[in-house]
Amino acid sequence: MEQLLLVLAVPLLGGFVLALCGHRDYAPEVNVGVSLGTLVAAGLLTARIIDRGPMLAFDDQFFVDPLNVFLIALTAFVGFTTSVFSRPYMRHERDCGKMTPGRMRLYHSMYQLFNFTMLVALSTNNLGILWVAMEAATLTTVLLVSVYRTAASLEAAWKYFILCGVGIAQALFGTILLYLAADKVIGAGGGALLWTNLEAVKAQLEPNVMALAFVFLLLGYGTKVGLVPVHNWLPDAHAEGPTPISAVLSGLLLNVALYAVLRCKMLTDGALGNHLAGHLMIGFGLLSVVAAAFFLSRQKDIKRMFAYSSIEHMGLMTFAFGLGGPIANFAGLLHMTVHSLIKSAIFFAVGHAAQSAGSQLMEKIRGLIKVNPMVGWGLLLGTLAILGMPPFGVFASEFLILTTAMRDLPWATPFLLLALGVAFASIFSRVQEMVFGDTDLKPLEHPPALLPVFVHLGLGLMLGVYIPPYLVDWYQQAAKMIGG
Amino acid sequence: MSWSGVFSQLLEIVAALLLAPLLTGWVNQCRAWLQNKSAPSLLLQYQMLRKLFHKESVVAEHASPLFRIAPYIVFGCMALASGIIPTLSIDLPLSPAADAIALVGLFAFARVFISLAAMDIGTAFGSLGARREMLIGFLAEPALLMVLFSASLITQSTSLTSVIETLAHREFVIYPSLAFAGVAFTLVSLAENARVPVDNPSTHLELTMIHEAMILEYSGRHLALIEWAASLKLFAYSCIGLTLFFPWGLAEVGSPGEMILALPVLVLKLAIGGALLALIEAVSAKMRIFRVPEFLATAFMLAVIGMLVHFLLG
Amino acid sequence: MMMQAYLIQSVNLFASALLLLSFAMLSQRRILSLIHLFTLQGAALVAATVVVAYVTNQHHLYYSAAITLVTKVIVIPILLHRLIDRLNVKWDVETLINIPTTMLLGILLVVFAFNLALPIAKLSSSIVHSTLGIALACVLLSFMMMITRAKAVPQVIGFLSMENGLFFAATAATYGMPMVVEFGIAFDVLVGMFILGVFMFQIREQFDSLDIRHLEKLKED
Repeated sequence: MEQLLLVLAVPLLGGFVLALCGHRDYAPEVNVGVSLGTLVAAGLLTARIIDRGPMLAFDDQFFVDPLNVFLIALTAFVGFTTSVFSRPYMRHERDCGKMTPGRMRLYHSMYQLFNFTMLVALSTNNLGILWVAMEAATLTTVLLVSVYRTAASLEAAWKYFILCGVGIAQALFGTILLYLAADKVIGAGGGALLWTNLEAVKAQLEPNVMALAFVFLLLGYGTKVGLVPVHNWLPDAHAEGPTPISAVLSGLLLNVALYAVLRCKMLTDGALGNHLAGHLMIGFGLLSVVAAAFFLSRQKDIKRMFAYSSIEHMGLMTFAFGLGGPIANFAGLLHMTVHSLIKSAIFFAVGHAAQSAGSQLMEKIRGLIKVNPMVGWGLLLGTLAILGMPPFGVFASEFLILTTAMRDLPWATPFLLLALGVAFASIFSRVQEMVFGDTDLKPLEHPPALLPVFVHLGLGLMLGVYIPPYLVDWYQQAAKMIGG
Repeated sequence: MSWSGVFSQLLEIVAALLLAPLLTGWVNQCRAWLQNKSAPSLLLQYQMLRKLFHKESVVAEHASPLFRIAPYIVFGCMALASGIIPTLSIDLPLSPAADAIALVGLFAFARVFISLAAMDIGTAFGSLGARREMLIGFLAEPALLMVLFSASLITQSTSLTSVIETLAHREFVIYPSLAFAGVAFTLVSLAENARVPVDNPSTHLELTMIHEAMILEYSGRHLALIEWAASLKLFAYSCIGLTLFFPWGLAEVGSPGEMILALPVLVLKLAIGGALLALIEAVSAKMRIFRVPEFLATAFMLAVIGMLVHFLLG
Repeated sequence: MMMQAYLIQSVNLFASALLLLSFAMLSQRRILSLIHLFTLQGAALVAATVVVAYVTNQHHLYYSAAITLVTKVIVIPILLHRLIDRLNVKWDVETLINIPTTMLLGILLVVFAFNLALPIAKLSSSIVHSTLGIALACVLLSFMMMITRAKAVPQVIGFLSMENGLFFAATAATYGMPMVVEFGIAFDVLVGMFILGVFMFQIREQFDSLDIRHLEKLKED
């Protein structure tokens, strides 16, 4: 219980501290320190869960079980490594004049508060608080997307706010309907929105109401996952915000939104008894994968391209969870983990590459191997990893998903293969041009923080080859819970 | 058909004929007060009618017989409408004829004739006014019908007398659908009776006229009849409004004695209605002609919403 | 008993007023009147919540009504007024499709919402469950208002009005949500408004205008 308190309190307090001192020279170090503290607390929490199993805390309002414990650890870890990355990156941005002291304060404090809201969303047991935390996560990052104050970034932030706001409003309606169904079975009061209570009585929840509630919840939280057709905010927000923000948005926020969808899916499946929820997720997932692959091939901006890649992978995960069954669910959970690690690694490398080239357009970035060998190799390896090359983890999860699809839903497999192929061709050809080739770019002044890139890639590689036993255990338990 | 019944019916018609110019005068007086001007006399309308009846009626050379007959037809329609709308009593010989749809048909009949008469002479302003009048009528009629249907759905009948009977005798219930219908009806009345914000009845700029433009060519007794018909139309609409939304205070039986007692209640209700109309006119600005369809579309939508809300909430 | 029946009818009346105001906002051209209508809508919402609280003896609804009063009727309209004063945006609202068409679409949305809500409303045990259709209609109408406006402030007002509709849906269906959730929602809305205010200054600074069409340049290329 204390570990959970630490996990939540450290980023919250850090956010307030950084609001005061975020513009000083030592602010990035403070940022790293706070994130390290969060990571340590998450580690303690994980150890406790390994020891003693799932726990309820704070009057049943918080709940940590196999489904969210690894996500909490992942969030804290990627939050930490991103803060390490952001140290030299934001220093460079400040030296270029793109960031003023006031904006640095905003950036640092909002970064920690964003981590706080994500951790609350992951660990809460109350579906209403989950909603509040998701909306708060959007709010903390809106001003960060527009922090450079260019026309494009303002547009991106406006779209982000409005589209996610509308989506979240739909999710609120879904939550209201859920409460309506729960009210009849559990009775009014705070207990009716607690996930553990709902999970116990899910067979008694009214099917019609739950079906409608799930549609709204899927559309609402699905907007934040980036499912096509409600994905419009995603490429712009990733491309125009500072790179550390793109990394955490892609790596963490999308996962948290998908987690919210999964919790609701579990309740809906129990209430309906048929596969409506699964079918809906398969549909949206498949649409996202195919559409994203084709949009991807037309991009000129590197961050937009990788943003569409995120949409594609989230679509793939949604598809996997929609298929259901122990293997597909396991694959989906594994994919959530490795995608988060590798995509954020890619964004780290991309950030440095764009900084040395001075532009995000892919035609301007060339010859990274020569200028900054580490950045070049990081980008190349990361791209290979995310495109599903063995022995990285993405290969393992994609393989499992495809084989399950071939068995259960054969007609979808050609589409998936086509989309993955198109994505492979587009991304790899572009990245190859960027990494190799002649160039007259200069190296960066602040030595880039490349340790995070390679640590992430290393973890991605490890998970492709060997998954620690307790992680396997959690994945299997969570896969069983998700069912379908 | 007893003599008492006939007498009561005549009493109602006569009351309508006499009260209509008074209502118009009252509205003008309120409006003058609100605009901080000195008000004309309340009986100005009567004096104007008397003056016009004494004057010679000048008719254009190439005017057809339609031009001469139209004022009588219009006056006849309006008088009939005012006579059969239950204003003082609901148990008169002609009461069964007071069907909502029939009334709308009567108003349409009158509108057609006055528009034809306006186009008869062939002047530019006449055609202008006729076209605008038909546009407004085209849009206002469905809205009016929807309003009447909302009330009819609640009372299960389109006859205005049954509407009054049902609504006045039930316990006081707040019907949300009638709230919507009320707003819609107000908008439609403003449009049909050529009031601000749709048309300024006291304007002298021909290009902005709608109703006035149609009667530019009339004079003498023809003009008197048409002006009286306009007052009667306002009276009729007000009474329809009172029927639907404030149906209390009418005589149950068709005896003259009861009706005389119902008269003060009617006068009071009309007085309040007239004052509210003057208030609306004073605070609104006349809107441009191309905005009028929006105005009436709003009224129609509100009336339809009223009906939908009735199905939802009862 | 009579009193109870009147009170329930008055909730229906307030609900209809809510719908009426949503329509009025849809057809409104001037931003100042939009803000006034939004304030009125908030007031109607508070009134409806208070009446439901009184009739059903649910005390937490009084607190909800108080929160709504403070945020939607007092604080947010004040923020909006100050915003448009400093940004000088009292001009006519432009619409992307003309107003009669908007109204027609609005009617279709209302029919759709009523149909959708009917089976759900039957399941609710609340005494004002029939107004769930109206709440859903308000939400859809505000959504349409957001889509068909070309300037920033009306879009924001549409967003807030949608939240009003959702709050009323919660009150109608289940006598509101648990208090902690309602506090959270209110807090989110306030912070959101604050951020939007800051944001609009940024937009104004960059584009010298709050026309949303300036913000549509990022396309697929």
